[in-house]
Amino acid sequence: MTNVTPIWEVFVRAKNGLAHRHVGSVHAADARGAVEAARDVYTRRSEGVSLWVVPSSAITASDPGESAALFAPAEDKIYRHPTFYTVPENVKNI
Amino acid sequence: MSQTLTLSPFELALRLGDDALTLSHRLCEWCGHAPTLEVDLALSNIGLDLLGQAQFFLNYAGELEGAGRDADALAYHRDEYEFKNCLLAEQPNGDFARTIVRQLFFSTWQTLRFQELAQSSDKNFTAIAAKALKEVTYHANFAAEWVLRLGDGTKESKRRVVDGISWSWRYVDELFIGEDAALRPAWEAIVRAKLAQAGLEPPAPVRGITGGREGRHSEHLGHLLAEMQYLQRSHPNAQW
Repeated sequence: MTNVTPIWEVFVRAKNGLAHRHVGSVHAADARGAVEAARDVYTRRSEGVSLWVVPSSAITASDPGESAALFAPAEDKIYRHPTFYTVPENVKNI
Repeated sequence: MSQTLTLSPFELALRLGDDALTLSHRLCEWCGHAPTLEVDLALSNIGLDLLGQAQFFLNYAGELEGAGRDADALAYHRDEYEFKNCLLAEQPNGDFARTIVRQLFFSTWQTLRFQELAQSSDKNFTAIAAKALKEVTYHANFAAEWVLRLGDGTKESKRRVVDGISWSWRYVDELFIGEDAALRPAWEAIVRAKLAQAGLEPPAPVRGITGGREGRHSEHLGHLLAEMQYLQRSHPNAQW
């Protein structure tokens, strides 16, 4: 038997004020079913206050074959990390 | 409300507790066997909600009885004829469609029953009902969504859900005997609407099977209890 049930990516907001975070995926025939499945699979230990589900097919991923072109150029740009400043001792909340 | 307490509170707590306990056991039988991981977790979640309700109701029943029995004593050390659950709750799972139809029928009934119980003058009952209502509302919705998908799905899924309806429909009358008769119109309206939405014919009237509330059960309950009670009967008062 082939499983043709669509896959949905699940995002959970842990609490108000935080962003929804990707936590995994579920199978479901439609969006409503996906929300229910996500509720049962990913929030049964009180992990969240809000759920998003997105059809996996709606996601456009970067091509692993292009990894070198996409990501390698950033590797030697260490000056883009804010690590060259001395933070004064009395400054808090950075 | 009103009619809630014409039954003795002990008897009422026992009935509601036994309903939740037996169906909880049935749902947990799906653990590891459900069609998909998602459904496996969903059915176990519902089973655990029901187990929690059973614990509240049976502990309270034990308190009302005043003979020193708690939920565990009532669950593990009573025989079949002492159980007061409705027959619907103890019916075997069958296939997924049959399980889902049983859940729709039962959870819809529980929702109406607990709405009434929440108006009771008994504070313990209102507290349990208020907590359980949130759970059973979800159970009823979950089952209705699946009935819709199965009924409106493939030829095969429709055949199975129709089979589930005719299996469970025979046990509906028992849900509305005595004081619960008043709940029937609301229940019929909800269930018939859900079935119609799924393109399913309301079933023809059948002769209802009753007896569970008096302790006369189908042959299935004995097997269920044998499995559920085995450990406590072989090793009384064993602790984890």
